[in-house]
Amino acid sequence: MTPETRDHVSAAYWRANLKLVGVLLAIWFLVSFGAGILFVDVLNQVDIAGFQLGFWFAQQGAIYVFVILIFVYVHQMHKIDERFGVADDDEPDSYDVMDEEEQG
Amino acid sequence: MATQTLIYLFVGLSFALYIGIAIASRAASTKDFYVAGGHVPPVLNGMATAADWMSAASFISMAGIIAFLGYDGSVYLMGWTGGYVLLALLLAPYLRKFGQFTVPDFIGERYYSRLARVIAVLCLIIVSFTYVAGQMRGVGIVFSRFLEVDINTGVIVGMGIVFFYAVLGGMKGITYTQVAQYCVLIFAYLVPAIFISLLVTGNPIPQLGFGSDVADGSGVPVLAKLDATLTDLGFAAFTDGTKSKIDIFAITAALMVGTAGLPHVIVRFFTVPRVSDARKSAGYALIFIAILYTTAPAVAAFARLNFIDTVQNTEYQATPAWFKNWEEIGLIAWRDKNNDGAIQYAAGAPFDGKPVFADERGASGERVLQNASTENANEVYVDRDIMVLANPEIANLPGWVIALVAAGGLAAALSTAAGLLLVISASISHDLIKKTFVSDTTEKQELMYARIAAAVAILIAGYFGINPPAFVAQVVAFAFGLAAASIFPAILFGIFYKRMNREGAIAGMVAGMGFTWLYIAFFKFWRPDLNVAENWLLGISPEGIGFIGALINMAVALIVVQFTAPTPHKVMELVEDIRVPVRR
Repeated sequence: MTPETRDHVSAAYWRANLKLVGVLLAIWFLVSFGAGILFVDVLNQVDIAGFQLGFWFAQQGAIYVFVILIFVYVHQMHKIDERFGVADDDEPDSYDVMDEEEQG
Repeated sequence: MATQTLIYLFVGLSFALYIGIAIASRAASTKDFYVAGGHVPPVLNGMATAADWMSAASFISMAGIIAFLGYDGSVYLMGWTGGYVLLALLLAPYLRKFGQFTVPDFIGERYYSRLARVIAVLCLIIVSFTYVAGQMRGVGIVFSRFLEVDINTGVIVGMGIVFFYAVLGGMKGITYTQVAQYCVLIFAYLVPAIFISLLVTGNPIPQLGFGSDVADGSGVPVLAKLDATLTDLGFAAFTDGTKSKIDIFAITAALMVGTAGLPHVIVRFFTVPRVSDARKSAGYALIFIAILYTTAPAVAAFARLNFIDTVQNTEYQATPAWFKNWEEIGLIAWRDKNNDGAIQYAAGAPFDGKPVFADERGASGERVLQNASTENANEVYVDRDIMVLANPEIANLPGWVIALVAAGGLAAALSTAAGLLLVISASISHDLIKKTFVSDTTEKQELMYARIAAAVAILIAGYFGINPPAFVAQVVAFAFGLAAASIFPAILFGIFYKRMNREGAIAGMVAGMGFTWLYIAFFKFWRPDLNVAENWLLGISPEGIGFIGALINMAVALIVVQFTAPTPHKVMELVEDIRVPVRR
């Protein structure tokens, strides 16, 4: 790969990454700061399964969504890595590579 | 077997396990000592991160705080979990790709500056020592209540254990003991929670029991009953808060950003083999943390309900043993204001300040207090920290559950203390001695310095445990506020804004940290009498000001970068490089 195409690929990879992170962080904000804090009073009008909905988001729901968000990120990022040929699945431990470089 | 024997047995066995693991995983190189050789599988690293993260505060204090704060306690639940999303999406993979040993390493290299490195070390040491003092205090509480030794002996035993595996094993020893400690602490947290959920609601899963009906045939949901009981007694409803919306917002944000900037959490992601493992590992860590964090609010609601049921209008002489046991060590106190021999619990402080006991007994046999009474009807003082520890006793659970909780509390405190001590020692031996002052240090010398620094740090932490500064609880706001206002923005810009330069980052860190420090110091130490909502900037309390500090850091950095020399080409390339998992 020439340096120019390499830069080009890097830029596209980084844009895909930023788009994914942006979408996920928007959801992150909505479930915690949105549902759990800013709109908690409105959502508390809704009662589901013994919980006021806003309160449930603040003390339970937001945390479940956080976990899901990270795993969606892991999965989608891996797809992006593969699309751009930068996935590290078969790579050796990079600290070992560091050692070899130092020795070699 | 007597409960006391069981407690010694459980705590003894868990300590033997930690020491065994430490001997099996000694550190042979600086790489072992700082990052466990970089060979930790992501699931195990997730567990170790969870144990590292969940401190005595999470295990012992959090459910108690939520029990008394209700909805306002959500700031801790969302704040201390939401930070992991930031960590996973914005920091962990890139820092792993960078692939050095410490957080100041990244800041020093990225901003091509010794000064930036030293500032980062300074932030790291302040944040970590603040935190570790709290852990030692947690160890002391567990020892004094459950092992019936005095707090000082407890702290010394705790120091001895941490000394053994942190100094010997470094990150490698700590990682594998933390995995064991996670198992002990989560088991110890869940068993009583399941028991209590069954008892109160008939549903064994606390997260579901939280929304179920109370099992007394009334058909009223737990939260509705709790809201009604509390409002009857003059408290705010559990599902309502008393803090303002902007303050809740700011505290949650400060805790999230602060969590993502805590050095002892960040370095855990240096220990996995690959970039993709760092991402996965953050996900596993949050699962393991969420198990406790979604259980805690349920435990809080059950505990508050049980506590009121047990003490309200009960005669002092008829109270269960736990009430008197906790009174003995001064974490519960009662003054019979209306002289009826029975306990009345209501909103407001029962008397001014923390209980000061006289050396005599009252009419019912209670410890007599010297504090001045308040006007309200409340007669009971309860320290929030006892809720989780007392919960099994309040709910009348078998002795082995109580023993388990004691072992779990110690696991939580020790694992966090060890993680903190490690980042302190690594930043001193690696960043200060090797990278700043004595550049020709050999690896063997560096490893020795790291061990000495760990030992000294343990002694200092132990000193704070035995002589807790009066402000331990208050300085926790410092740890998160400073991490949020100094470290997080510097790393974030380092990765996402290529043009951020040395001058911008340093100016930002100094401004963010300075502002946050002054604000907290003003309201917490200098003029605590002014620490009320009317005087706060925009209505934001010292606990939440780190969020504003972080914004100030970013604003200052972005302005300064416009007027100073651009980032060198070589550093731009470094940033390009850390953005991609591998180059082909």
